[in-house]
Amino acid sequence: MTVLQNVGNWLSERLEWEELIAPLKKKTVPRHRLSYWYFLGGITLFLFIIQVLTGILLLLYYRPGASEAFESVQYIMTQVQFGWLIRSIHSWSANLMIFTAFAHMFSVLFLKAYRKPRELTWVTGVVLLVLVMGFGFSGYLLPWNTLAFFATKVGTDIAGQVPVIGHPIMVFLRGGEEVTGATLTRFFGFHVAVLPGLVFLLLVIHLLFVQRQGMSVPPRVEKEWEENPAARRELKFFPNFALRELMAWYVGLGVLGALAALFPWNLGVKADLFASAPAGIKPEWYFLFMFQALKLIPSKIWFMDGEVVGILTCALVGLLWMLLPFFESDRKARSQHWITGISVFALIFVVTMSVYGYVAK
Amino acid sequence: MAMLQSKSHASAFPRCLLATSLLLLAASLSHAQTKNSCLDCHSALPAQLGVTQEQFSHDVHEQKGLTCVSCHGGDPSSDDPAQAMSRKAGWKGPIERRQIPQLCGSCHSNPDFMRRYNPGLRTDQLAQYHTSVHGKRLAAGDSKVAVCTDCHGVHDLRAPNDPQSTVYATNVAKTCSHCHSDAHTMAGYKIPTDQYAKYTTSVHSQALMVRGDLSAPTCTTCHGNHGAAPPGVASVPQVCSTCHVFQAQMYEKSSHKAAFDSAKLPGCVVCHENHAIAHPTDAKLGTGPGAVCMQCHTPGDRCDQAREQILSQSTQLDTAIKAADQELALAEASGMEVSEARLGQNEARDALTKARVAVHSFQVKEVSANVQAGLKTANKDLAAGQQAMVERNHRRIGLGLSLLAIAIVLPGLWLYIGKIEK
Repeated sequence: MTVLQNVGNWLSERLEWEELIAPLKKKTVPRHRLSYWYFLGGITLFLFIIQVLTGILLLLYYRPGASEAFESVQYIMTQVQFGWLIRSIHSWSANLMIFTAFAHMFSVLFLKAYRKPRELTWVTGVVLLVLVMGFGFSGYLLPWNTLAFFATKVGTDIAGQVPVIGHPIMVFLRGGEEVTGATLTRFFGFHVAVLPGLVFLLLVIHLLFVQRQGMSVPPRVEKEWEENPAARRELKFFPNFALRELMAWYVGLGVLGALAALFPWNLGVKADLFASAPAGIKPEWYFLFMFQALKLIPSKIWFMDGEVVGILTCALVGLLWMLLPFFESDRKARSQHWITGISVFALIFVVTMSVYGYVAK
Repeated sequence: MAMLQSKSHASAFPRCLLATSLLLLAASLSHAQTKNSCLDCHSALPAQLGVTQEQFSHDVHEQKGLTCVSCHGGDPSSDDPAQAMSRKAGWKGPIERRQIPQLCGSCHSNPDFMRRYNPGLRTDQLAQYHTSVHGKRLAAGDSKVAVCTDCHGVHDLRAPNDPQSTVYATNVAKTCSHCHSDAHTMAGYKIPTDQYAKYTTSVHSQALMVRGDLSAPTCTTCHGNHGAAPPGVASVPQVCSTCHVFQAQMYEKSSHKAAFDSAKLPGCVVCHENHAIAHPTDAKLGTGPGAVCMQCHTPGDRCDQAREQILSQSTQLDTAIKAADQELALAEASGMEVSEARLGQNEARDALTKARVAVHSFQVKEVSANVQAGLKTANKDLAAGQQAMVERNHRRIGLGLSLLAIAIVLPGLWLYIGKIEK
């Protein structure tokens, strides 16, 4: 018996983990031609773990405050051993995480994995995506550079347009009427305390749902398996699926490392509160589709302000999007068709608006 | 009660009549005050005598409440031209060109009067005009020379800070050129007519017209406006020194000052010209095209040796700055953080500017002090750029090794999965 086994037995006697991991040993994952889409959620989780680890390391040197934030990030990038790597991985990983979260959401839609009984998994997933975008928005300001400063100004301005509650929300987000050092401190608090707490809670719930309900099988594959039960194939979650997931994580790690080494995240120029906004300022790519859509709305729609209509429409669409699984009627085939139609439209809309926003002046 | 009511109605009637009469009187008075028969007729007249309400509404005098009468006299309340333009009504008749400065000066040289409208405006324009070449020639009977209205316009005369004013900073050169670039008008004065063409090629024009820098000089900055005259040979350095302070201070202490003065040479203009002042480059210190030193100095003499050293040092710093810029740009393109070195480059560039300013002392040691300071910074920045590139290469080697490790692990995992699933 090896030392490792001895330690394992010793711990098992005290923690009784055999019982804890028993469900994992029994757990299986459906195996079919679309199984690779299952990896997206795991990759998003992997990138989140990277975010937490690199974020903790950055916290050792980062100093929130208008007079120190930029300099501290500059110090991390130039003086701290491997500081450039940690910061670049943190920034790249954040962007990749939002991308994989979006991809995961659309894969769930197209594979129809949101269906009963997984409605709440979908709801927690959509809320998680919103929170992850909140991570992006709050984290973008932390280096306190010119682009971040004006992007935050524009972003919080948009929030301020909401009737009645808009202005109080804007003041709450900014810590005052304007974007200042108080906003930075506040965003730092959201980024390292509030959002991680909420995301952790929802992530646990989301994963518990996934574990309890297992992986969804696409309707077409399900039908094939019903017609031919011999074709049904499954994979043990541990170690078979976990090892495959590990391979995906390794690939993700390689991509992250390559991006960080070949394209270190730019620091930009320190924010100047009295400077005029750079021409053609745009938000980060994941907000671009909403930004561009708002820009295309006429300034006046009937008697209402166009921007207000746009913001309220965005909020309403977001809410309906979160509740999408609940709109499925009992006549499944019919509702699935229109939900798939909406999903295709949403994907085309997001991609087109993002590209248009990127190329538009 | 009924009695009271009827009495009240009876007394209200005369009061009502009185009020109506007063209103009509006030209306007719008001009509008499605002009526301007001058514009009624002149707006319909052809160009030379025509003035429209639209034109006059832009005029700063109209905006301050002055009317045609203020300059021309007459009675604008009368629709009869004979009455409106009668000597009896104070009409001054057609105003001759030679009378214009005096007419404008009757208000603009009166501090008490001007205080009511624009207390900040100077009141010495007429006095200055009398000292100008224009004013002197006018006094001598030459009515072709510029008078107030030639530069400021008439009837739609705008304030000088109005961008559409003919004397707004960016419009001054064009306004002067109306006469000074016209060979026909200038015939007989024996002065060139290419000043405007030359000025538009100058560094000053570029700054003012292209970059919109309103502090950049135009004709009036060097020649004066109301007292316009060519700066004399002796006053050229003083004129230039109003902006180029350090260059002038160095020139004043230099050996060139005494030499130019004794040869009656116009200081700065000798090397830089007057209207076509080009952006100065190190080529001016060389021996090729655009060089100026060797126009007076003999090759191989003491001054030529000093020139050679100054040029060589200035070029050395310029080259060092460019080399550092190139290296830093390469590092930045590779995503390396070199903003501190970039900031340092500004210091090096400042040192080069100071060295070029110090050229006006014509002393090697003055230039050398600035060049050495700049070289120190530029070399440090170059080293920072090179270090960043070394670091970039280390990162790429590290990345290569990491990817190799991942590339080895992935097939291993794949094989292991295959083994446990067999």
